[in-house]
Amino acid sequence: MWLYEKKLEYPVSVQGPNPKLAKAVITQYGGPDGELAASLRYLTQRYTMPIKEGIGTLTDIGTEELAHMEIVAAIVYNLIKDASIEEIKEAGLEGYYADHDKALYFVNGDGVPWTAAYIQSKGDPITDLHEDMAAEQKARSTYEYLIQLSDDPGVTDALRFLREREVVHFQRFGETLMKVQEYYEHPRYM
Amino acid sequence: MDHDREMHPQQWEMLMDLMELEFTLVELNLFLDTHPEDAEALRMFNRVSREFDVVKREYGQMFGPLVNFGHCTSEGEWKWLDMPWPWQINAPMARRD
Repeated sequence: MWLYEKKLEYPVSVQGPNPKLAKAVITQYGGPDGELAASLRYLTQRYTMPIKEGIGTLTDIGTEELAHMEIVAAIVYNLIKDASIEEIKEAGLEGYYADHDKALYFVNGDGVPWTAAYIQSKGDPITDLHEDMAAEQKARSTYEYLIQLSDDPGVTDALRFLREREVVHFQRFGETLMKVQEYYEHPRYM
Repeated sequence: MDHDREMHPQQWEMLMDLMELEFTLVELNLFLDTHPEDAEALRMFNRVSREFDVVKREYGQMFGPLVNFGHCTSEGEWKWLDMPWPWQINAPMARRD
């Protein structure tokens, strides 16, 4: 069961139409290191976690990633909703526009659709947690590149928040990995 | 088609308070997931959780449910559908540090 809260985890403000920036930011919606991939990866890995700390961490971070997906969607939606056809063309978004108008769709910056091949669920909790830590670092790098590309201070502010969350998640997954390793050395009840 | 709705300044203020409180709770929740025996973090989590609950109820009574599926009541009328939805708000840059 999931609940929806009618608020963003962090406020989003955009200066005005900027489809060029939207084209870059959308990769965190449906790209290889984006929030959809993050959320689905963690939520599907949790079923085979052997310890309760692992189950809880994957459930809660997987849930927070859905909130991050919504923040990214809010950024992209507001950057393109008032854009003119001319601006869409200048940004090189004609292909996206032809398929989706101004709707949100899971693609990377070049329009490549999301695929489950971006994520892994290996059944080996040590392997999965290493994947999760790598995923957090890859997302952190992506947010840093997006911050370099951003020419909208409100968008930059939200991207900085999202970048910081990747750092915290990396830390929590590292702690979870240590606990799983301890569990294998000294098995205990959950 | 423009869904933008002006949000009452008081609603925005309360929403920002809720965001701050819940962010604290998200952080404490994740920390407790890997430090379940940390008594100080647990005390802080419970204290902020009670504070969050009060503001959430107050917000719900004034502006409609914050959470769906019965976690907040909708007094008098079905306010869950009231605009704006979160992505329809262009946040003021004020109150950012």
